Amino acid sequence: MGLKLVLTGNYALAYAAKVARVNVVAAYPITPQTSVVEKLAEFIEEGELDAVMIRVESEHSALAACFGAALAGARVFTATSSQGLLYMHEVVHWASRARAPIVMGIVTRTLGPPWNIWPDHTDYMDQRDTGWIMSFAMDNQEAFDLTLQAFKVSEDPRVYLPVMVGIEGFILGHTSMPVEIPEQNLVDEWLGPRRQPYVVDGSEYMAIGNLALPEDTEEFFMDIQNAMEEARKVVVEVEEEYSKITGRPFKGPVECFKCEDAKYVAISMGAWSGDLMESVSQLRDEGYSVGLLRIRYYRPFPGDYIFEKANSTKGVLVFDRAISFGSYGPIFLDTAASFLKHTRKTPYIKNVVAGIGGVNITSDDFSRILKRFVHEVESDGVNVFEWYHKGKVVR
Amino acid sequence: MSRPPLPYKTRDVVLPGDAACPGCPIPIAWKVLSAVFGDKMILVIPASCSSVVVGMYPGNSLRASVIHVPFASAAAVASGVSEALKKRGVTDVQVIAWAGDGGTADIGMASLSGAAERNHDFIYIMYDNEAYMNTGIQRSSSTPRGAWTTTTPIIGKSEEKKDVAKIMIAHGVPYVATASVGYVHDFYNKLVRASKIRGFRFISLHAPCPIGWRFDPRYTVKIARLAVESGLWVLYEYYDGKIHLSGPSRPYVDPSKRKPVEEYLKLQGRFRRIDDELLKSIQEYVEKNWEWVKKHM
Repeated sequence: MGLKLVLTGNYALAYAAKVARVNVVAAYPITPQTSVVEKLAEFIEEGELDAVMIRVESEHSALAACFGAALAGARVFTATSSQGLLYMHEVVHWASRARAPIVMGIVTRTLGPPWNIWPDHTDYMDQRDTGWIMSFAMDNQEAFDLTLQAFKVSEDPRVYLPVMVGIEGFILGHTSMPVEIPEQNLVDEWLGPRRQPYVVDGSEYMAIGNLALPEDTEEFFMDIQNAMEEARKVVVEVEEEYSKITGRPFKGPVECFKCEDAKYVAISMGAWSGDLMESVSQLRDEGYSVGLLRIRYYRPFPGDYIFEKANSTKGVLVFDRAISFGSYGPIFLDTAASFLKHTRKTPYIKNVVAGIGGVNITSDDFSRILKRFVHEVESDGVNVFEWYHKGKVVR
Repeated sequence: MSRPPLPYKTRDVVLPGDAACPGCPIPIAWKVLSAVFGDKMILVIPASCSSVVVGMYPGNSLRASVIHVPFASAAAVASGVSEALKKRGVTDVQVIAWAGDGGTADIGMASLSGAAERNHDFIYIMYDNEAYMNTGIQRSSSTPRGAWTTTTPIIGKSEEKKDVAKIMIAHGVPYVATASVGYVHDFYNKLVRASKIRGFRFISLHAPCPIGWRFDPRYTVKIARLAVESGLWVLYEYYDGKIHLSGPSRPYVDPSKRKPVEEYLKLQGRFRRIDDELLKSIQEYVEKNWEWVKKHM
């Protein structure tokens, strides 16, 4: 087997880009992503990674440079965070619309004002409708695995879309845990050479992004939607193959934790899912029939998996670390819509928004929230939405 | 340099039937580009008139590669293209960022400055039609003092034109030049020289716009030349640490040879309301600019 290193989440992203043998890295340093860029600079300057590093003057330029390099035939990587991701947002759309395979790490952090350096999913969710494949890791091993798989997914001819991988800033970004890095020759063989729909290198005439009529423009959008549908299969295939070379178990777009026989399931995404797992185990000991569905791919949204696993339960509790102001948490919205695709008689579905701006939610908090949900369902008195703040429910 | 064989094979690259307005200077300049680079060029074009002039999807009025990019990002995308091609060993294609004055002097300034500071290997051409022509003639920082635009509709622009070539010289890049669509041989020579230099090269191309400047479309070249003949637009190259005055501008180092700026201004509706005071300040700008040029020759 490969190498086992103790890495921060940020370094795990950098190692994944390294073993994918990226040709061009463009990045602008921003908290809490900075050490991803620093590690890559180190790899390149020490000759461990044969790539060009473009140290740009802004995030807008970071993704713009990656976009140019990707069109010109290079395998590229960048990482960003929070305000920087917002500044980059225009180019995020540009990359997917040009069907440019690009991989980007998002070390998630809330958005100011007020200035706040702590993590939630606000910045990540802001990219929801950009046409990128979006995955999210729970630990540093997964940060590495999903990033490396992202190259394979984005370069699949059925997909040809960029991929962003989320990890929570500081929680994963700056804490260390053992990460297994597969052997380089295995990765090379599995990943193969760079694949992309076209290369702009002067060998043939082409125009990317020309002014288009409304009907043509709509077709570009429809093509991306179709590619997203294809990507549902591709992410599964890629992970299955990857499991074979690494020996690590296949988890799927949604990981099922004690959910098979559960009467109540929670749905979550990201690092706090670890605390939720603890809470689920503890509640099981107390006799509650609870389980967890952990989202690993947020786009395309794995609604069919969730329906399949959760439809026979009595209640589904969706945790969101972001809010669509004036509506609900984004994962809840996707979950509810996914149920409606299959049935008009859904289980109770409830949304809890918590952990915004880095507020710490412990497994005790999760237990409290879950228990109350169970009682609500039993007494037929479920509130669809609550904001859990300072240990209290704010509706 | 000897007189180049213009328009050598230009039709091979610039196709007839583009979407330019009558009298538009952009196709003139593209023909010169193609005379130098043929189809071996990749144009990186941010939001601008040129985004339209290349025609509508799935067509294209250029037989070369074009990448349309976000407004602020031409220099950054070109950096990426250039670095990726170098990494892949592709050396026979010229990457050219082709942006208007708004995409350069205003919203694109940070990425332009970044790419210049990093000395990326491509040519940046700012075609300077001195306003946001594509969206209906709004003021840019490169609009000259006194000019009418739709966002300076009554009193005209009150600030001096931002001189991007000078800003680029301050970046210490290997090559900076000013050019004009009125002097295509001079522009050609500058592109040839630029093509032999590695690193970041910047050309500021003066490009009169009949629609935005309010003149008869047949006068594009005449007005471009009047800008040079009146000394208002000075053609030069900057390399080896100094300014080298270009042929067409050489006579005008002598103020007595320069045509009065009124001759240039009176042909354009955008200067219709100019008064004596403004005229004097434009004349002063000419003198000041020439002093700067002479000091750095």
